[in-house]
Amino acid sequence: MSQRQLKINGEDKTVDVPDNMPLLWVLRDVLGMTGTKYGCGIAQCGACTVHLDGRAIRSCQMPVSAVGSRAITTIEGIGKTPTGARIQKAWLDEEVVQCGYCQSGQIMSASALLATTPKPDDADINAAMAGNICRCGTYVRIRAAIKRAAEGEQPT
Amino acid sequence: MNATFKDSIAEPSRRAFIKGGVAGGFLLAFHVPVFGGINEPNQPADDTNGKFAPNAFIRIDKAGKTTLVMPQVEMGQGVYTSVAMILAEELDADYSQVTLEHAPPNDKAYGNPTFGIQVTGNSNSIRAFWKPLRTAGASARAMLIQAAAKQWKVDPSGCAASDGKVTHGASNRTLSYAALADAASKETPPKDPPLKDPKQFKLIGKPQKRFDTPSKVDGSAVYGIDAMLPGMKFATIMASPVFGGKVSKVDDTAAKQIPGMQLVIALDDMVAVIGDHFWAAKSGLDALKITWDHGPNATVSNDAIWKHLRDESAKDGVIAKSVGDVKKAFESGEKFHAVYELPFLAHATMEPMNCTVQLKPDGGCEIWLGTQVISRVQQTVAKLLGVSDDKVIVHNHLIGGGFGRRLEPDMALKAVRVAQRLNGEPVKVVWSREEDMRQDVYRPVYRDEISATVSDGKIAGWRYKISGSSVIARWLPPAFQKGIDIDSIDCAVDQPYDFPNLEVQYMRVEPPAVPTGFWRGVGPNNNVFAIECFIDEVAKKLNKDPIAFRKSMLDKGPRFKAVLDLVAQKSAWGQPLGKRVGRGVCLQPAFGSFIATVIEAEVDEQGEVLLRKVNCAVDAGIVVNPDTVVAQLQGGIIFGLTAALYGEVTIDGGRVQQSNFHNYRMLRIDQIPSIDVHIVHSGEAPGGIGETGATAGPPALRNAIFAATGIPLRRLPIDLDVLAGRKQPWV
Ligand code: FES
Ligand code: FES
Repeated sequence: MSQRQLKINGEDKTVDVPDNMPLLWVLRDVLGMTGTKYGCGIAQCGACTVHLDGRAIRSCQMPVSAVGSRAITTIEGIGKTPTGARIQKAWLDEEVVQCGYCQSGQIMSASALLATTPKPDDADINAAMAGNICRCGTYVRIRAAIKRAAEGEQPT
Repeated sequence: MNATFKDSIAEPSRRAFIKGGVAGGFLLAFHVPVFGGINEPNQPADDTNGKFAPNAFIRIDKAGKTTLVMPQVEMGQGVYTSVAMILAEELDADYSQVTLEHAPPNDKAYGNPTFGIQVTGNSNSIRAFWKPLRTAGASARAMLIQAAAKQWKVDPSGCAASDGKVTHGASNRTLSYAALADAASKETPPKDPPLKDPKQFKLIGKPQKRFDTPSKVDGSAVYGIDAMLPGMKFATIMASPVFGGKVSKVDDTAAKQIPGMQLVIALDDMVAVIGDHFWAAKSGLDALKITWDHGPNATVSNDAIWKHLRDESAKDGVIAKSVGDVKKAFESGEKFHAVYELPFLAHATMEPMNCTVQLKPDGGCEIWLGTQVISRVQQTVAKLLGVSDDKVIVHNHLIGGGFGRRLEPDMALKAVRVAQRLNGEPVKVVWSREEDMRQDVYRPVYRDEISATVSDGKIAGWRYKISGSSVIARWLPPAFQKGIDIDSIDCAVDQPYDFPNLEVQYMRVEPPAVPTGFWRGVGPNNNVFAIECFIDEVAKKLNKDPIAFRKSMLDKGPRFKAVLDLVAQKSAWGQPLGKRVGRGVCLQPAFGSFIATVIEAEVDEQGEVLLRKVNCAVDAGIVVNPDTVVAQLQGGIIFGLTAALYGEVTIDGGRVQQSNFHNYRMLRIDQIPSIDVHIVHSGEAPGGIGETGATAGPPALRNAIFAATGIPLRRLPIDLDVLAGRKQPWV
């Protein structure tokens, strides 16, 4: 156990948790930020995806001690980034969501993709999104929404 | 140290509450109706005080806030939006301003007309509630109009309602529903209020944005697993991995070293670990040395289960349906025979099982979870606690995948048993994915035997025997009559084709040890698979085109023919394809909808199956929200294809061998073809949709593989070794 500072969605947070505790559980159970989801705990499903310095990572596999000073972005904060907002809007326009449980992770993976690859092709989408399972099978619309967001204008 | 930590828990918890209220503002920003009141624990779920509350579904307060109470739960199937559309349509409410609320447990007010209890399942929300909801809306509208007419001293027939207002055209006067709420409360609900002519529908049939979506893209949606209470403890559990086993001894020496691990609770059949957070609880559980008393199921294996099913299925079953003279029919013609087998399946809902409980000093409790059966949760928990039902308060939530798994109350009962060992603190019990997969109620193994005789190019005699577990017999005993499981024979007794002589037998066979449950697509999955595979095998032997052969036996089924024609056209049926590429068709009558699906697939030399294209034509009668029909079929087909390609739970030593997504695989985005859904607007009564795709996928894919390779697979999941020629097909 040790006190540590985390930078989450632009805010500084102090937590006092075991070093090897995965970031996922720090977010959900200690900080009450429940938008990030638990699905498998073994890097198989992507439900727990967050960004560290803009890169998508599986928070169930990221010991909090390894985060360091990197900036954490979660689903609660992704709408403040231009690509995140664009992805969220495309998700609504395409009516992607079903049960929604996987969608925090899908949106985090998709917005990281778009930030580095503004015009992803199908192969880019496959590579970036194949780690995210959707049990409801919303994949067809996820692909369409990513393409729509890539085409779309910046929201004002 | 500890104190700091506790503070940091309590504070964000309070914030988590407020978040539910703030969510509404975000929604408004997207110009969709406010979706509030879902997870505020202290909100009375069904507050009718001072409101116009003409029935269980509608509340209008004096400020004009119109609340629609949802008898069916939202699991991603879009039912909240469809139910709201139906109510608002007949009520003539201002749809952009309505608020939705989960129904509280109350079988009398919100029971599913098909089951008599509160159930969201069997794809029947719209079918079962279509008339009651329309009537509820129309009756409230009539009362509002009466109230306005009285106030104006005019004949109600001269008044009309729209967008939350009543207008008297002749005098050009208008009153809002808010202004009329009080007076309308005093009106008597009319007996048979006139329903709208479908031609007047303003909402129904027009694509509407879903209510639940905005909160699901910004992380503010609250599922059961997200419940947060001040002072809450976190727990995880492990039940005996061998079905029916007991805890014998628990050594917690190592677990005690885990920071944040608080308490180990050994119950009769399971162990729970309490911690400061899930991670501490899970690490603590992993560090325990548990000795189990495995009990009588310790030797149950897959082989034994299949042998049992095969032996039992050889016996005579109960005749579920008999038409014509099957015996005589089989005295002539060309004979066909095949057996199909389907495996155990897990639900693997994306949100693992969970339940939060707070015991109350009066002996009752409060519960937070997402369930398809809220009143059953209430009743079974009350029974466990030995209190009356009203002492158990259940807060329902958005559901991170139901698929039939949340038709069971077990996660609530287990959580309550854990809470009973605490000192009244609230506790959130979250299952690990491994626990979720190993303590499921599994889609049963089935064995289906079909014989047919063919005369003049058509099937003249048909014998079909279904053997498998009866979930109904356990879950709704009164519905299990005379040895027949009505779900298991669904789509077998009402199969689409004109067979002049037909016999359907049902043989209940319960697998040793393994608990069985409803799984998206239920009985139709099994029956449509066997029937549609068999039809293709017969067509091939007779050298007939699979769609043409089906159509030749559909003289009494114009709606079936229509969807087959449409899907044939959209899928370019009959156009040449490359080597090892095939198209397969599936026709199904399931859940009151008429659906034909064509899948195009390629099988490579290694046996790998590449999905190339899916087309689906659906006649679901009057469609409430067309986009939901498309979405449910797209998703459902993927759900079914996942099972066809990978789904199999196997048993060894009385325990489930699969544990997580690495050995219970899911289709992923890089494997998904285009899935085009084509709606036929027949104007008939609404059909069900939520489960139909799960039924459609497997037979269509299997028939595509049959067309591509000539190999008639008769078991699922699809065996790549067989497709690669490394192994003989199972027959
Ligand atoms: S929970 Fe982290 S990948 Fe599944
Ligand atoms: S929307 Fe339900 S798991 Fe993806």
